[in-house]
Amino acid sequence: MATKVIMPQLGESVVEGTVTRWLKKEGETVEEFESLLEVNTDKVDSEIPSPAAGTLLKIVVPEGETVRAGTVIAWIGEPGESILEEGGAGRPSAAEKPQAAPSVSPAAVPAPGRDRDLGFISPVVARLAQEYQVDLTQIKGTGQGGRITKKDVLAYLEQRGKQPAEEQPAIWETPGEGDLFRPTELMFPGGQPPAETRATPAVQPAAEAPAAGRLIPHSKMRKSIAEHMVFSKRTAPHVTTVMEADLKNVVAHREANKALFARDGVNLTYTAYFAAAAVAALKAYPQVNSSWSDEGLILHAEINLGIAVSLGEEGLIVPVIRRADGLSLLGLARAINDLASRARAHRLLPDEVRGGTFSITNHGIGGSLFATPIINQPQCGILGVGAIQKRAVVVEGDAIAVRPMVYLSFTFDHRILDGASADGFLGKVVETLQNWPA
Amino acid sequence: MAEITLVEAIRQAMDEEMARDESVFIVGEDVGKRGGVFRATVGLFEKYGEKRVIDSPLAELSIVGVGIGAALYGMRPICEIQFADFIYPAFNQIVSEAAKMCYRSNGDWTVPMVIRAPYGGGIGGGLYHSQSVEAFFAHVPGLKVIIPSNPYDAKGLLKSAVRDPNPVIYLEPKKGYRLIRGEVPEGEEILVPIGPANVSRPGSDLSLFAYGMMHYYALQAAQKAAEEGIDVEVVDLRTLYPVDRETILNSVRKTGKALIVHEDNLSGGYGAEVAATIAEGAFTSLDAPVRRLCGPDVPAVPFSHPMQEWFMPNPQKILQAIRELAAF
Repeated sequence: MATKVIMPQLGESVVEGTVTRWLKKEGETVEEFESLLEVNTDKVDSEIPSPAAGTLLKIVVPEGETVRAGTVIAWIGEPGESILEEGGAGRPSAAEKPQAAPSVSPAAVPAPGRDRDLGFISPVVARLAQEYQVDLTQIKGTGQGGRITKKDVLAYLEQRGKQPAEEQPAIWETPGEGDLFRPTELMFPGGQPPAETRATPAVQPAAEAPAAGRLIPHSKMRKSIAEHMVFSKRTAPHVTTVMEADLKNVVAHREANKALFARDGVNLTYTAYFAAAAVAALKAYPQVNSSWSDEGLILHAEINLGIAVSLGEEGLIVPVIRRADGLSLLGLARAINDLASRARAHRLLPDEVRGGTFSITNHGIGGSLFATPIINQPQCGILGVGAIQKRAVVVEGDAIAVRPMVYLSFTFDHRILDGASADGFLGKVVETLQNWPA
Repeated sequence: MAEITLVEAIRQAMDEEMARDESVFIVGEDVGKRGGVFRATVGLFEKYGEKRVIDSPLAELSIVGVGIGAALYGMRPICEIQFADFIYPAFNQIVSEAAKMCYRSNGDWTVPMVIRAPYGGGIGGGLYHSQSVEAFFAHVPGLKVIIPSNPYDAKGLLKSAVRDPNPVIYLEPKKGYRLIRGEVPEGEEILVPIGPANVSRPGSDLSLFAYGMMHYYALQAAQKAAEEGIDVEVVDLRTLYPVDRETILNSVRKTGKALIVHEDNLSGGYGAEVAATIAEGAFTSLDAPVRRLCGPDVPAVPFSHPMQEWFMPNPQKILQAIRELAAF
């Protein structure tokens, strides 16, 4: 039986990918795990290994095409083998012509009404559609060449005003069925999955709009960040606790070892120390290295540390240091250097942006003293590191000393932790940093 | 109420203003004994005498120059340029002197002068008696540019122009002098303010902007379009400078489509200013590209009758443009 090649989900919030290059042609043989194609998403470029050994029977999604994760993009099997269609009916593939490709390709079979070209959209039609939350695919155009005119929109609105729009249930509110990894097309027979729930079905124009500004379309990354942030805030009750740490020992250690690390080609950053302190605290408080589920608390066996990396205007990405608990300070520093530079170059591998169990954000880089970060779902907490500042502090013996100080904020999911346990964890981070061995 | 012609309304306006204010006088070619080649000043020479209705030499530069000097001296001249085509010798006086006087003297001196000029084609006038000159002057701050389309406005706007403290270019659609008739109340002071445009026919499907003779045609075309079920809003711009942007924009915001008609050449014509105003102020209300129906970009209105017809917009051409825009 032929094997499907499916567009993988290359990251937690990545929902689609673009086939940039097929490394094999139809009819060529491929080994299992041999690179089969290159895929680009908003986060990473990646080579996708073949899921099976055999002949590439059919390429369903051509180069340059963007499809949702889960879409069947090719078939692999024995030469002459029939491609099993989703309905179960087999078809000989050798004689297949492109138009007879398996009916799962969204490019080949646009869902009626959804992907149809809307034709010219005039400024007023675009504005009305936005103000009244109109899905233009629902309107039949009567203008030149079937163009949707202002009158068509107004007529539609009048009609809609008589029957209030039904709220579409959110995708997560619809009952699940079947296996988890079915192609998206089968999960959403209408074509695209339903968009976000319509928050404003009422026919109400935006109230007294301010002076017209400039609309900057969202980038894919901006949208996925927005979805992630809103989802997290809606999911977890966020609480932030703040402590400060004296970095005298850390600064001294870094000064003493910077050159040594540089000889190994590693830039020893403060972030490595915070990562090491977080790992130590996570070991001491394993319930922080966890995820909430309704059935119970999932304690993660590994400590996979996400490090937020700013990409400037583009947004930010959180590459993950796998099994950070097994790494020395040198290992952590090297991993952070490597992930950060590749993140900025968009060269991260899919596995490197998912599976994190805890995150660190170093917002102090921009001068921020302390912040209240948003949890990277489905993790339990996130550690925010502020700017390191020399401050006058009262030390032992009631003396005043100048010390490099930092505020550490810990935002946690109050479903999992209470103030006491959260402070215990953060206290452990502080203790680790302050007692850093010389 | 009496129905009078456009040219009679203009004559009445001058008559009334001269009777009201002794500083008002007329200067131009053949305006005196002859009563004007279009009879716009007929009877005024007899009524007010040769010192107030002055037959000038055939020299437009001096007609306007005399007007500016008299205006600075406290008079209120009405300068008649026999055909707008002949206004160019006076262009320097109008643009560089009259228009700038108030500004350059910081308001100490103004030029309360009206320059009347018959403009436009369609009367077999050929190259030298058919020109439209509004675009040249509607570009100059310091001037006001008026083109009436009906007797009531013609009278009310000319009286306002005479009373305006600054120079006004008052262009008269000569083809409409006797063709366009309308009711004008008698024995009543009619003053139409300079500035506001007039929605002469409310409608919902598209906005038609015109002035002068083309406005007269626009109303006829709109009437025909209504019989076909197209509801055209007609806006008579009346004052081209300073233009009534709010009325233009409000109309387009309502209808979403704009058609601009003038007989002057298309390129750099007044319609370009209206189109730009719409693009800047009502872009998100547009449901179709702004359409201009104008005279073609040829050097002049031809003398040959079929060629003149080819040049001039008319109700049929306007109706066709309405149909096309409505169908977009």
